[in-house]
This record gives sequence, structure tokens and C-alpha cells, in this order.
Amino acid sequence: MADTAKVTSLEKVVIRFSGDSGDGMQLTGSLFSNLSAISGNEISTFPDYPAEIRAPQGTLGGVSGYQVHIGKNIYTPGDLADILIAMNPAALKVNRKHIKPNAIIIIDADTFDKNGLTKAGYKTEDPIEELGLGAAQIISASITTMVKASLADSEMDNKSILRCKNMFSLGLLCWLFNIPVDNAMHLLKNKFKKKPAILNANMKILVDGFNFGSNTHASVSTYHVDPTETVKGTYTDVKGNQATAWGLIAAAEKSGLPLFLGSYPITPATEILHELSARKDLGVKTVQAEDEIAGVCTAIGASFAGNLAATSTSGPGLALKSEAINLAIMAELPLVVIDVQRGGPSTGLPTKTEQADLLQALYGRNGESPCVVLAASTPANCFDYAFMASKLAVEHMTPAILLTDAFIANGSSAWKIPSMDDYPAIIPPFVHADMQPYWKPYLRNPENGSRYWAIPGTEGFAHRIGGLEKDNTTGAISTDPKNHELMTRLRQTKIDNIANVIPEQEVQGNPDADLLVVGWGGTFGHLYSAVEEMNASGHKVALAHFHYISPLPRNTEEILKKYKKIVVCELNCGQFAGYLRTKVDGITPYKYNKMEGQPFMVQELVDYFKTILDA
Amino acid sequence: MDTYTYTAKDFKSDQDVRWCPGCGDHAVLNSIQKAMAELGISPDNTAVISGIGCSSRFPYYVNTYGMHTIHGRASAIATGVKTANPKLTVWQVTGDGDCLAIGGNHFIHSLRRNIDINIVLFNNEIYGLTKGQYSPTSKRGFVSKSSPYGTVEDPFRPAELTFGARGNFFARTLDVDLKTTQDVLIQAAKHKGTSVVEALVNCVIFNNGTHATISDKEFRLDRTIVLKHGQSMIFGKNNDKGLIIDGFNLKAVTIGENGITEKDILVHDAKCFDRTLHFKLGTMTGDLPVALGVIRDVEAPTYDQAVEDQIKEVQAKRPIRKLEDFLHTLETWEIK
Repeated sequence: MADTAKVTSLEKVVIRFSGDSGDGMQLTGSLFSNLSAISGNEISTFPDYPAEIRAPQGTLGGVSGYQVHIGKNIYTPGDLADILIAMNPAALKVNRKHIKPNAIIIIDADTFDKNGLTKAGYKTEDPIEELGLGAAQIISASITTMVKASLADSEMDNKSILRCKNMFSLGLLCWLFNIPVDNAMHLLKNKFKKKPAILNANMKILVDGFNFGSNTHASVSTYHVDPTETVKGTYTDVKGNQATAWGLIAAAEKSGLPLFLGSYPITPATEILHELSARKDLGVKTVQAEDEIAGVCTAIGASFAGNLAATSTSGPGLALKSEAINLAIMAELPLVVIDVQRGGPSTGLPTKTEQADLLQALYGRNGESPCVVLAASTPANCFDYAFMASKLAVEHMTPAILLTDAFIANGSSAWKIPSMDDYPAIIPPFVHADMQPYWKPYLRNPENGSRYWAIPGTEGFAHRIGGLEKDNTTGAISTDPKNHELMTRLRQTKIDNIANVIPEQEVQGNPDADLLVVGWGGTFGHLYSAVEEMNASGHKVALAHFHYISPLPRNTEEILKKYKKIVVCELNCGQFAGYLRTKVDGITPYKYNKMEGQPFMVQELVDYFKTILDA
Repeated sequence: MDTYTYTAKDFKSDQDVRWCPGCGDHAVLNSIQKAMAELGISPDNTAVISGIGCSSRFPYYVNTYGMHTIHGRASAIATGVKTANPKLTVWQVTGDGDCLAIGGNHFIHSLRRNIDINIVLFNNEIYGLTKGQYSPTSKRGFVSKSSPYGTVEDPFRPAELTFGARGNFFARTLDVDLKTTQDVLIQAAKHKGTSVVEALVNCVIFNNGTHATISDKEFRLDRTIVLKHGQSMIFGKNNDKGLIIDGFNLKAVTIGENGITEKDILVHDAKCFDRTLHFKLGTMTGDLPVALGVIRDVEAPTYDQAVEDQIKEVQAKRPIRKLEDFLHTLETWEIK
């Protein structure tokens, strides 16, 4: 299927797939991103789907999107799309603001009839003109008609036939990007292994889409995205929630502890429960609890019994769990709490991203209740930070809250499957038999201030713990004023000591920067890209992106005092900026905040950084 | 094999018991320690989990593994302990407020799942630790600090709630009836699945005599019946009263009157799968004696065992045991 059209080489490209939430756009997008990865491109993806499961067909509320960024030095799913696939008029309208003026737009012409335009609320019969898309290159294909004709003899019902429309767009994109259609077929064969009729129909339509592009020279040019030099190895496409689940399993293996998850379904964290429930082959136990509180409480019970215990949730669930987390703080039991942040407050924006649970994680409990707080920054490194949250929780006998967010939890990136040999050991501080003569429940390891773990079933170590204040050694209930002050300080010191074992904070970019950009969590890709762009255009900018939040890395003050100008960028009203000011005296950072339920755009960051440098 | 013979002393901790003198909880504590000794399970393999309230201080007084947790959540925490390590014998000690108000949701879901824990529900129909408010088991009209004009709500009946949540073991006892208490606790511990023992206890300070109408020696035998599986439902000071079915209801009769003979008296079947009669027995009041003893004891699959079994089943079919091996079964590509 040689093609004579002109081939343009690209360094990177952003493609947005959109249609009704039933149109299969998430699948098409993820297949395309995998195909690009197989061709040697870096990838970053982000699904943007509505909270409604199936809003009325063809309406603006039902539009589901999936954005993928492929190429070299890819750290984000991209700001504005170069290419939009719009399976109906509503998808085109909703995504108008997500595309570049000169974008290539692939539409299913059949859906742009009077009925379709009315449902999507167009006022005229010319949607391109109405949306001001005059500069765009429109590839209009009667996809519905062609798919129906192609599968007329397939004996499939009409609904099933129409479900294959997404493969037409995938085929067309394969042509546009010079991706061998065989690669796509290979993926489909894996996907529909057990459904030969559906496989055949999908493959047929895939080829139809490819041929349509080729035969009609649908675009003046096709494209080739240059492969990157990537580290050798076996790769897979991983979403943040999957990586989080697997990171917990890795920690269980490294610590020799059985893994237990107590959880209650909540968007956008539920996939962690799904992933772990499926891993019975690896011996994982999951309890789908009756509520958020029971989710964390079953985990605390499992931790008391000697498991690596975790609970997964999102902001509203974290609020419900706070009393129980405090029990684990008081009883000094290991517990991993995962908060996949979404827009708040209250039910807020369940499917959208935000970073506004930071202060809740740090302080959202009664009393002085310090615990470990970490944040992952990319879909793939959710694995590493779930692992580290587990390691710190177990080795320091404390709850550790891992903050991810809807953006990295649902987004995906290529991930080199790690070797467990590259991960550090996790050593549970179990009591051992020769400690028995002198052991007490709150006896502490002098090195890190953590108590020891005596799990039920261990002979000679029966003891009682609980939420009441304890004597600092025996663990007996104590209301002694001096003891309470001592215990309050011991609990804080135990967390502070963790700064001795976590890595120092890294600074990336220009070491002699005029501006230090500070971020944390899931905004890394955008901040890094913006800093790179600034430096490429002759500015001097550095980035300190935090993963360890409580405690902060031990060189935090040194870094923050080194730069003349600091800007803290976060998807909230300035929580991390405020927190840093309580930890480091005398800093007055600029703040860049966004509360739209959407990630940053690289361009808006670059623009703001320039204004600061000019100030 | 453990050949050591335990005594109640092995289950006493070094902590002073701080319940009020005369509190019904003391008697239940002694009975549980005796029951634990008789069961012969090592304190090291026993975990006692409680919530908050007077009775929830319990774990400190037994020399086992224990956790005094937070208000209402003991069922959920005990579920975690037992699911994580089914080899442990897990007791949950709770009160009427802890278990049926703030912890009601966890309680019913433990029963629904049938997790193998033994719940001892101390029911004194009052909030003691917060100094005297009505509880979810206080009778309608009950006057307390938070209901100075009497409550305007109906109480839960723990038996009814247990059966409504598909519970398979329910027993009731009186603090003053040490023999029945110890007996039902042992049966509860031996039962596989969630067992509920409702201990009617007196709060000497805030609700003194709440169970007196049935617990006073003077009329206890006439106003209660100790049910035993396979035995006739006979009660009374003179062992001459019994229960029969009258239409859809239970009726108390006197043997020898109106032509009633011992043969007419119902025989207790705690193992009957159908709960209908257990419902009736568990909620007897008024002219009928309050049922003590084991009202229902039916075997059913337990949650903790089912979790273990499912893992074994999956593992029998899938040979993968290491994360790395699993990751390589995903859709992957090679960069060479």
C-alpha cells in the first residue's frame, strides 16, 4: 500500500479523539498511542470524559475525548491538538477550544445532518464557518455510510456495525502517520482474541479507513513522527491508577508482607480497586467495604494483623477516613492511603483533576497528627511513589498518604517494565524473640523513633493498642500531662526523622536561574515543558518539583533561599505555597494557580513566567 | 499441639478494671475469660477488637492481642484482622451505642458477609461513658438527659436486626446469669461465621435496673426462657410453662392446663435455616418470656474462608506468582 503523497517529518504531534461516550474513542485513542509507542515514539495520553455514563447521543454533554501527544521529549498530553477526530457535530463544538487554528479535523460527514447539528445546538447549517474554523484542514468522510456498506454482508446487527466506526478513524490515522496497518491488526487480534466476528469486522473497517486515505489523498501531506532514542527494554502503556496498584504489589513482594486493600468505589480512584481485585494470582486480598470508613478500617485491622495494608480513595473519601487515619497515627501502625484527587469541595468535579486535597492530607485530622505525605508526578512514577509510600509506612510504623490526581491517574505514559532488583529492600520492624524480656508496645528504635511491630500470632508479645493516649513506653492508657506532650513530640519527631532517609530535592533546568519554578505532584510534565521552553528561548529558569511533602526533603530551605524569584504553581488556591511558608521562614513566592478542573497549559505557564521575569 | 490447659487467669491482663462497682460488664468479662480458657486457644492467637464506650475498654482487661479502636468501627476493623489472618480467633466487644448507632452500618455488613468474628454486644440501653443519654435500644418514651420528656423513637431489637441482616448466630444472656453467659460465649466462638451474643447488662449509675423485670431472681425463671437446641421450650420456676405455636404466633402455656401436655411444647431447633421462628423467639416480650441462650446457630460459608478459597482457585489456574512476570503478560513492545 505504497503512497505517493508528500511525507512531512514531525518532532511531535497532538491528536485528540472525540465522539459520543459510546463511540469507542477511548479505545481508539489508546490503540493509536500504543501503535505510536511501538513505532518508537514517546507518548503521553489523557482521557477527558464526562461524569455521565451515557448522556443523550449527539449532545454536548455526552462528548468523550482522549488526547495523545507523541514524539520526542514528551512530558504532557499537549496543550492544543494538531489533529482532531470528531465523530459528530457535538464533538467538534466541544473541542473547538482544544485545537490549534490550523488543525487537521477529521469528521464523519454523515453525522453533520440537520438532526445532528440541531442536537449539538448549532445555529446555522455551516458548523465550520460558525465555529470559525476557516484555517483548519477538514477531512470529511462519510464514515457511517461507508462502514454500513462495508459490513452489509457481515450478518452483524446495525448497532454492532456502527460500533466499528472508530476503526475507520484509526485506519485513516494509520495512513496519515505512515503506520503499518499490520501493526494495528496485531493489536486488534490480541484485543478481540475471543470474538472472531467482531475482530474480522474491525479489521475490515480498519483497512477501509486506511484505503480511504490512500485512495482519496485525503490530506495533502502524510506525516512521520521521528522515533526517539529510548532506553532499551520491554515497555507497556501504563495509567497512573494501574501503576499505583502495581507499586503496592511490588512493595508487598519486597517486604514479604501479604497485600491487603480495603476500599470503596469512588471516581477517579476505583481502578486501583479493580486492578488489585484482579491480582488474586499474586495473592492480593481486597475488601470492597460498605463505605469509605470501613475501607480504611478494614485496612487498619489488616495492618494490625501484619499485612501491608492500603486504602484507596478520592477527596470526599479521604474526609470520611480522617478519624480512622488518626487511629493508625495513634496506634502507630503502617497504613498506605491513596488519594486520587479530583475537583472539590464536596462532590465537586468527580472526573476532573485538581490538587486541592494537599492541606487535607497534611492537616485534615483532629489533634496534632503528623503523617507522611507524598505525591506522584507522572502516570508511570505512581508505581515508584506507591512503593515508597509503602516502604516509609512499614519501616516507620506510620500512615503514609500518597497524593495522585485524576490527570495522572487516568493519563498514561510508556513505561519500561522495571526489574524488582532495582528497588530497595523493605524491612518491617518486627519484634524478635530475644526482645521479649525488655520489649514494651511503645519501645522505640532509637535510630528512627519508630516502635516495633508485634503481630497477633507472635508468641509472647500479646499487647493492647488503641486510640487513647498511651504511656510512652508501656502503652498503658495515660492522661499524664507530661506524657502527652512527650508523645505528641515523639510522633512528630518520628515523621521528621524520615527526612534523613528520603532523597534530597533535585533542581532541574538552569542552575543559575533567575526564576525557580516550584511544583508538586501531577503538574510535573507541564512545568518541566514550560521550563525547557523558557530556557530554550534564552531565559534562565529552574524547576524544583516536589514528591516528598511531609516531611520535606532536608535541603528544601537551602533551595528556596537560593533563588531571587520563586513561583509556586499548583492546581489550587496556593496550598503548597502556604505550606512552604510555614516551613521556610522569609520566602515570598509568586503563585500561579488554576482551578478549572483541567491541567495547566504549557503556554499559559510560559507567558506567566515571562511576566514575572519582567517584573 | 498445644497441651497446656488454660485457666481464666491466663486471660487476665495486669490492668485494673475501671468499670463502676456493680456494673454488669464485670460479670461478662469474667465469663469471657472463663470461656476463652475453656476454648483453649492461646492468648497469642486471639485478638479482641472494640470500639468506644464503657464496654469497649474491654481489650485492656484481657491478656490477648487487642485494639481499642474508634467509635462504631470495631466490626470493620475486626473484619480486616480476620480477613488478613483467618487463623486468629477474633472477638469484637461493643455496646448498644457503638454497635447499633454509629456502627450500625458496619454491624449489618459483617453479618451479611458472615465474617468469622464473635461479637459480644453489651446492651444496657444507655450511653454510659457520655453520662446518660438514651441509646438506640432505649425503649420508646425513655427519659434521659437528652430526652427529658421521653424519647419519641422506637428502639432496635438486636435479634431482629441480626436476622434482618441475614445473621446466622444469635444468642442472648443476662449479666447475672453466669452459666448461660459462659455457655453461649463458647458456642458463639465455635460457630463459624459472624456470631452475635447480646448480653443484657445493668448500668448501675445511669440506667439502674433496666433489665430488672427479667433479671431479678424473684421472677427471672418465669419471665425468661433459656433455649437449648433439641430441647423442649419449657421454662418457669416449676418447669411447668412452655411455648407453643398458636396461629402465626408463639404462645406461652402451662403444662397440665387446658389439656396441654409436654408433647405439645415446641422443641428448639437453632439449626433451622429458615429464620421465621428465630425472629419470633428473638423478639419475645410482654406475656412471652424473654429468650436467652442460643436462638440461632446455622452454618454458612464464611467471608474470610471464601476469600482464601478464591485465591487458591485462581492460583490453581494461573501460574503467575511474581509481579514482574505478571507485567510481562501485558501488551508490551520492545525497544532494542
